[in-house]
Order: sequence, then C-alpha cells, then structure tokens
Amino acid sequence: MTERPNPTQASEHPATNRRRSRLAGAGTVVRRRLAVAVPVLVATSIGMFALGAASPVDPAKQYAGAAAFTTTEENLAQIRANWGVDDPLPVQYLRWIGNLLRGDLGWSTSRHEPVASVIAARAGWTLLLVSAALAVVLVASLLLGALAAYRRGGLFDRGLRAAAYAVESMPVFWLSLAAIAVFALALGWLPAGGLTDVTATSTSWTDVAHHLILPIGVLAVSQAPWFVLFVRDAVADSLRDDHVLAARARGLPGRTVLFGHALRTALLPFLTLIGTHLPELVGGAVLVETVFSLPGLGAVTVQAALGSDFPLLAAITLLTTAVVLTANLAADLGYAAADPRVRLND
Amino acid sequence: MRPTPRRLVAMAAAGGLLAVAACSSPATPDASAAGDTFVVATAGEPETLNPVLNYGVDGASLIFDGLVSRDGQNRLVPGLAAELPTVSPDGRTVTAKLRDGVQFHDGSPLTSADVVFTYRTVLDPKVDSTLRSDLEMLESVEAPDASTVVFRLRYAYAPFLQRLTLGVVPAKALTGQDVNKAEFNRRPVGTGPYQVESWTPGDRLVLTANDRYFAGKPTNRRLVVAFVADDNIRAQRMRAGEFDAAELAPKLASGFDSVAGYRVERVPTADYRGVMLPMGNPVTADPAIRRALNLAVDRTAMVNGVLGGAGEPGYGPVPPSSEFVEPAVAGKPTADPAAATALLDGAGWIPGAGGTRVRDGRPARFTLMYPASDSLRKELALAVTADAKKIGIEITPEGLTWDAIDPRLNTDPLIMGYGTPYDPDFVSYKLFGSRFAGQGYFNPGHYTSTVVDQALQEGRDQADPGRRKAAYSTFQKQLATDVPWVYLTYLKHTYVLRDSIDGVTPRVEAHEHDVANSLWWNIHTWTRR
Repeated sequence: MTERPNPTQASEHPATNRRRSRLAGAGTVVRRRLAVAVPVLVATSIGMFALGAASPVDPAKQYAGAAAFTTTEENLAQIRANWGVDDPLPVQYLRWIGNLLRGDLGWSTSRHEPVASVIAARAGWTLLLVSAALAVVLVASLLLGALAAYRRGGLFDRGLRAAAYAVESMPVFWLSLAAIAVFALALGWLPAGGLTDVTATSTSWTDVAHHLILPIGVLAVSQAPWFVLFVRDAVADSLRDDHVLAARARGLPGRTVLFGHALRTALLPFLTLIGTHLPELVGGAVLVETVFSLPGLGAVTVQAALGSDFPLLAAITLLTTAVVLTANLAADLGYAAADPRVRLND
Repeated sequence: MRPTPRRLVAMAAAGGLLAVAACSSPATPDASAAGDTFVVATAGEPETLNPVLNYGVDGASLIFDGLVSRDGQNRLVPGLAAELPTVSPDGRTVTAKLRDGVQFHDGSPLTSADVVFTYRTVLDPKVDSTLRSDLEMLESVEAPDASTVVFRLRYAYAPFLQRLTLGVVPAKALTGQDVNKAEFNRRPVGTGPYQVESWTPGDRLVLTANDRYFAGKPTNRRLVVAFVADDNIRAQRMRAGEFDAAELAPKLASGFDSVAGYRVERVPTADYRGVMLPMGNPVTADPAIRRALNLAVDRTAMVNGVLGGAGEPGYGPVPPSSEFVEPAVAGKPTADPAAATALLDGAGWIPGAGGTRVRDGRPARFTLMYPASDSLRKELALAVTADAKKIGIEITPEGLTWDAIDPRLNTDPLIMGYGTPYDPDFVSYKLFGSRFAGQGYFNPGHYTSTVVDQALQEGRDQADPGRRKAAYSTFQKQLATDVPWVYLTYLKHTYVLRDSIDGVTPRVEAHEHDVANSLWWNIHTWTRR
C-alpha cells in the first residue's frame, strides 16, 4: 500500500523528486494489485454462488410468475433440469467459470438473453450516469467547499454546511420524486423519466442529454454533501498551514492563495476519497435509475437477485468489483503522481 | 435574512439546472401532436415476446394471433381459423380450418404446419414453457393438409377451444433452433396487427402497424409501450402528458378523476383475493371457525377502504361476469357479527380471557400470512384481522416472502389471489381437487370433498353447456358450505387515459395483465378525436 500522510502536516519538506520519477514504481504496484485483484474476484464470485445457493428462491417458480399456480411440478422440474439449476453448486460454479474463461458470460435466466448482451445494453447508461454525476460532484464540491473554507464561519459557509447536512438526510428516491415534482410537473422544464422522448424514433444525443439532466442532477446533489464538507474542512485546515500563511504574507491575491496553495494541499486525500466513495455512488445510481425509469443495470440487478439468476448477478458483481478495484488503483496512482512525499516503490 | 438550508439547495439546484437546460435541445415533440402514435405505460416488462414461452396467450398479444381469439365480452371468435374449430362427438378430436391468405409480418404465408409447429414446441420438454401444464390433455397435433389442423386429446376436455388462443409462430423462423435462446424471442414475427420495430430492454417496446393484418389495417401507425416500474412515476409522467394510457393503482388513478383531459377506466376482473384456510391447522380446520369468519368479514368496507372503491365483494372462485356463476352463493356484503358469534357459541367456542374464544383449552388463534411486498394483500390481511377480533378470533398477520410462505402453506392461512374470466376449469380444477392436495400452490390447504371432485370432473368432461353449468353450480354451493377459502373481493384494474381517445372497449380481465391482455387489447382500432 502507498503511504498517505496527513496533508496538513509538514509541507516544509520540499518536493525533491520530479513527477517522472514519482511514478517509477507504478508497474510494480499495478502488478501487485492485480495479484490481489484476481483472488478477490474469485472469492467474490464464489461468495455470490454460495449466497445464491443459500437463498430458498426457486428460479423456475420465479420464471413462471403467476403461471406457477397452474404449472405442474413436472413442468417446473423439467425447466429446472433444462437450466441445470438443480446441479450441485460446485458443478454450476465450474461450468460458469469454464464458460467465463472461454469468454461466455452465460445465459441470464431472469432476462432470457445472454448475460453479455444484458450488460452491453445497460452498462453504458449506468456508466454515463455515474461518471457525469461524479464530474458534477467534483467540480461543485471543490468550488463550493473552497469558497466556504475561505469565508469560514460566514453566511455562505454556514448555509452550505446546513444544506449539506440537510441533503445528507434525504433519501435519494425522495430527492428524485421532489425533483420531478418541481422541475417536471410544476415548472415543466424537464422530462420526468425515460431515456428519450417516448415517441422518439431514434436515440439522439440532445434528447438523451435533456432526459439525463434531472437524474444526473439528483445523483450529484445526493452524493455532494460528503465531498463538499470534506473539501471545506481540508481547505480550512490547510489555510492555516505555514506555506499558505507564507504565501499570504508575500501578498499574493486571495484567489491565488485559495486555489493555488490551500486547495492543492487539500486535494490529495480527496483523490482517495473518490475511490472509496465509488460503491456508494453506484448504489445511488441504482435507485435513481429505478425512479427515472432508465434502462441501466439497476433494475436488472434487482430482478436478477429476486430471480436467483446466478450468471447475471455474478457478472454484475464481478464487473462492479473490478471497477471499484480499478478506481482505487487509479486513485492511488494519481495520489502518487500528485504528492511528492508518496513513493510507490516503498 | 439567512436562507434556510432547503431553500438554498433549491435555489442552487434551480440555478444549475436552468443553466444546463438552456443549452440543451429547445423542445421535445408534444406526444399528442405525434398523431397516429399511441403511447401506453405498464409496470412490468415481458421477458420474452414468444407466445410459446407464455407471452400474451389469452388472445390479445397485439403481435400474434391464435386459432381463436376473444371479443369484447371474452366470447370465443375465429382468429386464424376461418370459423370456430369443430369438436368430435366423443370430445377427443378437434379440427380447425385456417383462414385463407393470412401472412406473417415477413410476408410468408401462414400454413397448418406453423400451427402444428407451435403446439409441438410447447409440448417439447426441452422448451422452457410453463404452458405445457395447460396442454396436458393434448396427445398429438397433425396437419393433414396445408389449411387443416387436427388436435387429438387424451381425454375429453370441454374448455379445449379456450386453449387455442395461443399465438401461432412461423415454423420457418424457429425450426432447428434452441427455442429458449432464439433471437426470435426478442424480434418476433407474427400475424398480429402490430410488428416489432424495436425493443430497448428496461425502456420501451415500439410496435408498428402491420398493413397485411387479416382483420384490416390498424387505424394508428405506431404503438409505444413504455416500461415504468414505479407506480408514482407512472402517475407523474401520465400527468406530465407523456402517455395516452397507463395502468395505475386505484388510489393514484382516482387522483385523475378531477383532472381535465383525462378519464379513469375501472375495469371489472376475475382477479380475486381471499383467505386460504388450511385443514392442517387445528383452528382453521373447524368448519365453524371458517363459516364464522366468512360471516364476520366486512367486504363492503374492504372495497371502499382498501380498494378505494375499485372492486366488488367476492364470494367464490367463479367471477360475477362468468356465465357459470352461481348467484345463490353470494352472501351479505357487510359483516354479520351476530350470526358469526351465534355460530361460534353453538360450536362450543366460548369467550375466554382477553376476549379470545377457547374450546377444549385451545384458543381460537392463528397466523395469517401475506406476501410482504404486496401492500394490497397486507391491508386485506389487516382488515380480516380486525373483523375477526370482533367475534373473538385472534389473528396475527405476518408479512413474508413467497419462499418463507411456501413451506408453511399446509398449516398457516394465507391471503391468496388469482382468477380467470375464461373458464372455471382453468384454475379451480387444481385449486380444489383432492388429487392435488399439497402440491405446491395447487390446493395448498388440503381441501378434500368428493362432491367437489365429482363436480369439477363433470365440468371438464361434459361438453353440454347446461350440464357444465349445473356441475359448477354444485361446486360453488359445496365451497360455500365448506369454506376452504374466505373469498373477500374481486379487484377492478384501474387505468387512466386521455379522454380524447375513442374506441376503448374494456373487457373483464384476468389476474395477469400487462403489455398484452390489458385495456389496450384492441388498441389497433382506437382513434383520436
């Protein structure tokens, strides 16, 4: 692991290494992380199957739905046999992993199409939603947090913090419904849901963008408080650092001191925060997708869980785990690149 | 003045969104201006569009047709068959003649080989079709010539023609393929009024008019089915003018009663809710308890309170709309606690400490299960609990998942729901036949009655409508005496639609209804004023 020193301490050690050499150990770190990631992914997939096996849900009955009342036990048993879901767990797991190694993610029993096509059709929208929301959160929290710290204790600072605490206490789906009530119904500015206009004949980017403003906005607002409060506190602390005080003493303008010195120091742990906060963002995206009827991975994951659809659940879980691991690695590499005191080849 | 946190957020959000909105596309096309496109919204999304795998089998799939279909009164009318198929005197051979000149969406002609392929595929054990149970009586299906189909049955089965609503698929498109995984299931080819233009999973299904449709060109060119799982969102988007019609929960729908430009349709159904009382529970096994509960429940209060008026009292498994309903089984729609308590007193259930009745040291107490995610069944369970308390029966309602409910079906009462408007044999034969006792959801309460067994068998064996009616009358009267279930209500399915639409013809609906078999079963004939 990389070392993460408290950024508020000891800026008196001057940066001696150049950026190029800071990433010298990156290859080793990536290799070492991969060596950890593979067992983590395997363990996750085994856990998935074990949890699925412990669940009493009968996928065939789930598949039959209301027809379960008229479907004979032989009929259901035949369907289970066709699917191989009554096979012992190790058999199912080995079959699944064997297919995976050959590039086949398997067949989704809850959606009745290949797992790969379920994910291909939906992951893009979830990714778009999450990354756009993340970008909005980052820009807004850096800007608002830094401004609040600069005028610590002032009206803006107090208002922002109060707002952050208030939003933190609002569930995402409540925020979504409120946003729809205000912006879609009362004001009529934005559509209340869907990916495109319901009667649209094609998926045009402007149409999609128009439909994504509310979901992205809601997701960003719901995730922002954590980041805003963090930036505000970190900047407030670093404003008291010696080098920042020194910069001020040299008579540099307030904006330069704030964004050039204080924010830069505070930025470093922020990178790690993004990496660790990603799972929560994905969780929020699932709810937002559900409320705004977006065809992302959210609803389909819930459906897979309810229908004991191991192949789909396992694939989605692996994908999410891989994204989080990658994000953490990227955060650490970024950290090393940004902070002269951090060595990758410890 | 210090802005309150919430106002600040609202202002910041409004400012930010306004800025983004200003640079996005200026206007979305108004749905009503799209003219001949109809947009409907449903909560559920189909898993497949293949009738063989149980999509839209009851004669309103919009993409497929069966040999027979159903009119606005759910009466059988010829579909792909030129006239209603004929049944041999012994009831075991059914012959259908195909209509001339019917083409699939791809232009290929419909032949009897397609019909044979469709039914054989359902019967194929390799195919994951839950319809196989419905066609247990089917021994073979043959095509002696290009326009004739002959079904041979293992035993005479009076409602067999009702099973011929199954949509016919083209053999050419599916032969030699794994039907479970075929591309056809997402991009089907049928004979119906609409063909599939696109299906974006999780978002919508777009259908376009089939100008070759044998019953005439659809009056509107396009149909969009939007999948909106959340009830509140569906209502809000309906209010925002995005949909022409949507299914909404009764309480959400009634909000539109006073909104200009909309109307609410409350469609009668065969979709019942009742309390299944198992024989394996020492309290509910006692006929006095069962009959007393049947008298003590206030069905009118449930309809008005729980269902918001969208329903009617229910007394048995045959819906009031059915020609087979026995009017004599209907009881008082309101509670009759006096009669109920008299019945319990007479049976030796004496009021004990805390108001709960006791007999031979056993308190009149049981658990009432309901699926926790179903708020309607939960409210019904609470209403039954309150009504039972008034006559000294103590009920503990318990919300569970189906998986937790399954193993307890033999001993614990459950709020159940099902029902079909088409034929009383379809559901009741397995739900009340003693042969099916304890087989999963078939007769979970282990109800046994030779009178009922015989009546159900006769209703299935006899082709003569008069004798069938008599048999089902006997069946319903016996149920009313034994009370294996306390029937509570029949639901009404509620829809909101623009009031500028003409041609809407609601028909009595089954328990299951979604993309197919909903209010829009004949949407290809709807017009806009």
